[in-house]
Amino acid sequence: MDGTAAVWWRRLGFALVLVLLVAGPPYLPPFLLTLLTQTLIYAILAMGLDLILGYTGLSSLGHAAYLGLGAYSVGILATQYRAGFWTTLVVGILLATAVAAIFGLLALRATGVYFLMITLALGMVIWGLANRWVSLTRGDNGISSIPRPDLGLPWSFAAAVPYYYLVLAGFVVAFAVLRMIVRSPFGHTLVGIRESESRMRTLGYNVWLHKYIAFLISGGVGGFAGVLWCYYNSYVSPSDLDLAVSIEILLMVALGGRGTLFGATIGAAVIVLLKNLVSVYTQRWLLILGLVYVGTIRYAPEGIVGAVSDWAHWSRLRLLWRSS
Amino acid sequence: MALVLTLSDVTKAFGGLTAVSGVSLSVGAGERRAIIGPNGAGKTTLFSLISGEQLPTSGQIQLFGQDITRLAPHRRAALGLTRTYQITNLFPRLSVMENCLLAVQGLRPMKFHLHRDLRRYPEVMELTRGMLGAVGLLDKAGATVRDLSHGEQRQLEIALALAGSPKLLLLDEPTAGLSPAESAMMTALLKQLDPSITVLVIEHDMDVAFQLTDRITVLHYGRVVADGMRDEVTANPLVQEIYLGAS
Repeated sequence: MDGTAAVWWRRLGFALVLVLLVAGPPYLPPFLLTLLTQTLIYAILAMGLDLILGYTGLSSLGHAAYLGLGAYSVGILATQYRAGFWTTLVVGILLATAVAAIFGLLALRATGVYFLMITLALGMVIWGLANRWVSLTRGDNGISSIPRPDLGLPWSFAAAVPYYYLVLAGFVVAFAVLRMIVRSPFGHTLVGIRESESRMRTLGYNVWLHKYIAFLISGGVGGFAGVLWCYYNSYVSPSDLDLAVSIEILLMVALGGRGTLFGATIGAAVIVLLKNLVSVYTQRWLLILGLVYVGTIRYAPEGIVGAVSDWAHWSRLRLLWRSS
Repeated sequence: MALVLTLSDVTKAFGGLTAVSGVSLSVGAGERRAIIGPNGAGKTTLFSLISGEQLPTSGQIQLFGQDITRLAPHRRAALGLTRTYQITNLFPRLSVMENCLLAVQGLRPMKFHLHRDLRRYPEVMELTRGMLGAVGLLDKAGATVRDLSHGEQRQLEIALALAGSPKLLLLDEPTAGLSPAESAMMTALLKQLDPSITVLVIEHDMDVAFQLTDRITVLHYGRVVADGMRDEVTANPLVQEIYLGAS
């Protein structure tokens, strides 16, 4: 198969998946629709993380904080100030980006595991605020009975299926924007930084600034996911931005395949599915998560997408060898 | 002649080891200068100080009359300074084309563009292909860099260095590890460089150094021990002693 044929097959695959995502849900049982909706919201967050993890090479272990900032923006504004969807959306994204702007200044002084530790600590700061700033966040009890958004459209988003379509639209927008970024000259510089920071410096790049911009975008995308997540649950509590959530997001990207937006989406689907299935049988979700992590690193360091494309590559070679 | 690069009493010490010791030299516009010296003479460290990857312990460095002693490497690149590396320093997992594109867009504002596909910059793509053509790598544009031969990687290093249209080019042993035939090709390539580019070249191979340059600076234990035209330097008894051993 030559390059152009592969491109057309991939486009066909994308189109088919999109058709299924649009046409399928009304016929799905409620439980599966729940999983699909959760997957798409987490996929937005995971794709945002992938911009800095997969493309730039920065592992953040505090990404649930941005989900939390978006979610609490909705929770507080929609209940106390009766703010509409667009207000909460804009505030959620801007707040997450602004906090990323501050956290980025602190975290980007370090690289590698130190960067990971700083982002973890900063993520815990936001989690701590959600827990302790009771007058604003209602602490441990969380904020409940948040109404589903009203966009002034003829139908209501209160039911599961219409809300699913809102989430799908959000996912498509996030995917399109991130895809545009990773294919742009700026996206290309991020890959260069991942491969060799020192070489990028002598080629004339202000490496820090590129990383910082990527970090801001990643935070903003996280805020966007948080807005959708809060309306979906009609509830937000500190457990939404728990450390375990940050680990789950990191694992989604690693498991699906770093450096591919599609991989982050696959990873989100697998982790959401696994989490919901496992919870039927056991409380030991973190243990399973740990096993998945070890398994990924040991058997598929490039993630599912990497493993599949390797396998496709080898089976193609074998076919060539047989036919010759 | 306008001075491109001036080093005044530049010293770099790593703990107790002084790699570069009180080096002063000035390089004029369009000059071709070889830096030679035995292993460990501090040649590569000197390049790193000029490019900004390392900061000197003391002394001052000026580029086009501007003090750049403490300037960040990317700002020096923006002033027109580029270097290559003795040990090939590329992006091994990216393609030849991608490597060269990173170098071409490095000094252009488009590196911050988020909204347009990189492939939709025809003038940049064309320039990049031209660069690859100039070093004879156009037919390898799609190959992954780690799959290239050592000689091809050295050629790509040159393409990356030239992509930013440098005014001062630092070449760190461009022929290191090349076969005699490859080395001759590389030398021919470097001889064709735009004469307006000022070039400093570290070279072990005297033939190559003599073909590319007319003026030579000799470093020994981090110090400049000789500096002058080719014949003066080769006639210098101290240089003969360093290279041939004391008689």
